[in-house]
Amino acid sequence: MTEELIIAGFGGQGVLSMGKILAYSGIMEDKEVSWMPSYGPEMRGGTANVSVIISDERISSPVLRDFDTAIILNQQSMDKFEKSVHPGGLLLYDPNGIIHPPTRKDINIYTIEGALEASKLKSPKTFNMIVLGAFLKLKPIVKMENVHKGLLKSLPERHHHMIPMNEEAIKVGQEKVKEVQTV
Amino acid sequence: MEEVKLMKGNEAVAEAAIRAGVDAYFGYPITPQSEVIEYLMMERPYQRTGMVVLQAESELAAINMVYGAAACGKKVMTSSSSPGISLKQEGISYMAGAELPCLIVDVVRGGPGLGTIQPSQADYFQMVKGGGHGDYKLIVLAPSTVQEMADFVDLAFELAFKYRNPAVILSDGVIGQMMEKVVLPPQKTRLTDEEVDEKYGSWATTGKKNGRERNIITSLELKSERQEAHNHHLQAKYKEITNKEVRYEAINTEDADYLIVAYGSSARISQKAIQMAAKKGYKVGLIRPITLWPFPTDIINKLADQVKGILSVEMSAGQMVEDVRLAVNGKVKVEHYGRFGGMVHSPDEVLEALENKIIKG
Amino acid sequence: MADHVLTPEEIIKNGSIVFEKTKLMTDNELSYCPGCGHGVAHRLTMEVIDELGLEEKTIGVAPVGCSVLAYEFMNVDMQEAAHGRAPALATGIKRVYPDKTVFTYQGDGDLAAIGTAETLHACNRGENITIIFINNGIYGMTGGQMAPTTLPGMKSSTSPYGRDVHMMGYPLKMTELVAMLPGTVYVTRQAVHTPVLVRKAKKAIRKAFELQQENKGTTFVEIVSNCNSGWKMSPEDANKWLDENMLKYYPLGDIKKP
Repeated sequence: MTEELIIAGFGGQGVLSMGKILAYSGIMEDKEVSWMPSYGPEMRGGTANVSVIISDERISSPVLRDFDTAIILNQQSMDKFEKSVHPGGLLLYDPNGIIHPPTRKDINIYTIEGALEASKLKSPKTFNMIVLGAFLKLKPIVKMENVHKGLLKSLPERHHHMIPMNEEAIKVGQEKVKEVQTV
Repeated sequence: MEEVKLMKGNEAVAEAAIRAGVDAYFGYPITPQSEVIEYLMMERPYQRTGMVVLQAESELAAINMVYGAAACGKKVMTSSSSPGISLKQEGISYMAGAELPCLIVDVVRGGPGLGTIQPSQADYFQMVKGGGHGDYKLIVLAPSTVQEMADFVDLAFELAFKYRNPAVILSDGVIGQMMEKVVLPPQKTRLTDEEVDEKYGSWATTGKKNGRERNIITSLELKSERQEAHNHHLQAKYKEITNKEVRYEAINTEDADYLIVAYGSSARISQKAIQMAAKKGYKVGLIRPITLWPFPTDIINKLADQVKGILSVEMSAGQMVEDVRLAVNGKVKVEHYGRFGGMVHSPDEVLEALENKIIKG
Repeated sequence: MADHVLTPEEIIKNGSIVFEKTKLMTDNELSYCPGCGHGVAHRLTMEVIDELGLEEKTIGVAPVGCSVLAYEFMNVDMQEAAHGRAPALATGIKRVYPDKTVFTYQGDGDLAAIGTAETLHACNRGENITIIFINNGIYGMTGGQMAPTTLPGMKSSTSPYGRDVHMMGYPLKMTELVAMLPGTVYVTRQAVHTPVLVRKAKKAIRKAFELQQENKGTTFVEIVSNCNSGWKMSPEDANKWLDENMLKYYPLGDIKKP
């Protein structure tokens, strides 16, 4: 198994930490992982993205042009990465703020109302965990028990009291993910 | 105790330094390697092991603090990125001349000038060929994984002290910024002052104790005959290092028809390109130099008898390719491919270049 | 007897010794011009280190300038720095050996021009080191070029018509500058061209090294000196010129005391 994905959105949406939790969960499952962020000043308020690879084998290139999955959280990222999904791959996006929805016919497309559900939970910071939940529903590449361990490892101890809230958000994401098209 | 963690390359270097029993780190922030000093400041190694961490007023001051502490026989390091390394070159040349062991980590970004903060491998010339004045060499290690970022700290110090020579970890923004699984080595204890004195008191400035003659650390010798003799001594040392310390990884080279030579993140990207090439029926091997100096000249020369062409892949306009061509010595075609100025080539692009420049070219 | 040359034994009779060679100065012949203040400043520094019993724990740093070869004369462990970087080396040494005694010995070009940043920041961090700063208002080693401390109107090979402050800036008073920094504990300006001043200078150097043992911060001793070669004067005239001109701009005395 090798899953190559990109998570892209605004800085502040928790894009990098979502990738980190996923990567840590992979480690807990004894898989090889890599997490390659965009970095620099453009992160502050601008676009941020991270490529995450989870694999049973040694990972060669951490830098990729095309991905099995793209998780897209703003319009700029849609413009940039819709074309980067392998034919037959997965595009998961939050329709909030997306003016031009994806048009490709050769990929599987799902939506998750992450921002909306996070506001319903009265916890905007759980946004990224809702999106993560949606992804794991579609591609259960790591077990939930290992996601729990991943959260324990990647969050500093002073934030451990927020883990139940995060896991609740993951469940919400798993329930609310919606199919747009499958191929 | 060994420990498995998900870490950035920059963090792995910092943690490995604490665990290697490094005595002092002196540095100045610069993207994309500021996590090294940030991590150290957060970890408070002066409490964990007694390691000194100091943010200097400039890269120039930092490398000269390294000089001062290294001349005392201590394990000392600094880190920076390309423009900062340009500034450090003065001190690096002096340290090479004075034969001081130390570790310099360069997390390369695109240039020239202020350039970009994005990844690059265009510091090959300034680290491998010597960016400062005079005839000197640095031992240059090129990690291609976060694990190697951690592992090479100890190796670099081992080589630096063995040969009394500055050693370099030449990384780039990809390896520095990416996170991977890393197995951290167990904690080594720092040498006590008495142990340092015992091991290195023959040359280091540790205080003129017990009636020994004073030790002088200098790169100056005004008498040309003696300066030439010192240079001969350095050249003999470099020859010994060249004979003994070449390190590389060979992947799928046994029956390869074509060869890629690439280091660091470019080697990772090229490895993926090789897998893609295999699906198209091409037998492509990879030589990944682990030491850029000394360069794995012999194995490349040997493989030049076997393959039909060689592609040198690096994120630069073509720097290492010169050493590949020298190794091949005209036996087969050698071409360069690489994005640069902060752009990172994808495996697809490397494969396209291999097909166009070598296989069909 | 007129042709008889006295033997050392004849000169040194019992009880006639008034001065012995400083123990921590090597036998190497000094490379300084006759009349230069460096020799005295070297001697005072080494005398103080010897008298305070610091020989086995002292590490000194030599600069680039006339005193680039200070390590040939000072018989303690020494490092040679790149031009201006001595305070950075000293920082590195002191940070890994907080219990050793560390000093730099620097000229005005080294300390006040190319090494200004290293000097100010070492003092500002309050590194527990002693900085001995020889100010003779000129670049001696490279042949008498203008220094940051060259006086207004003073001639040098790069200010052949005299230092024009509108074109070349003003002489830099580093000692007053570092005295303003909270990291310094003792900042003083001395001279060594008369016996009385030599005795005072030695006391100041001694105080600086004593304070270093107490880890109270940076100690900084400027010694206003001459450069008869660079100033193109006889040693005697140079000392007179120093008295009449240098000391007006660089007045002697303690600027900051603990």
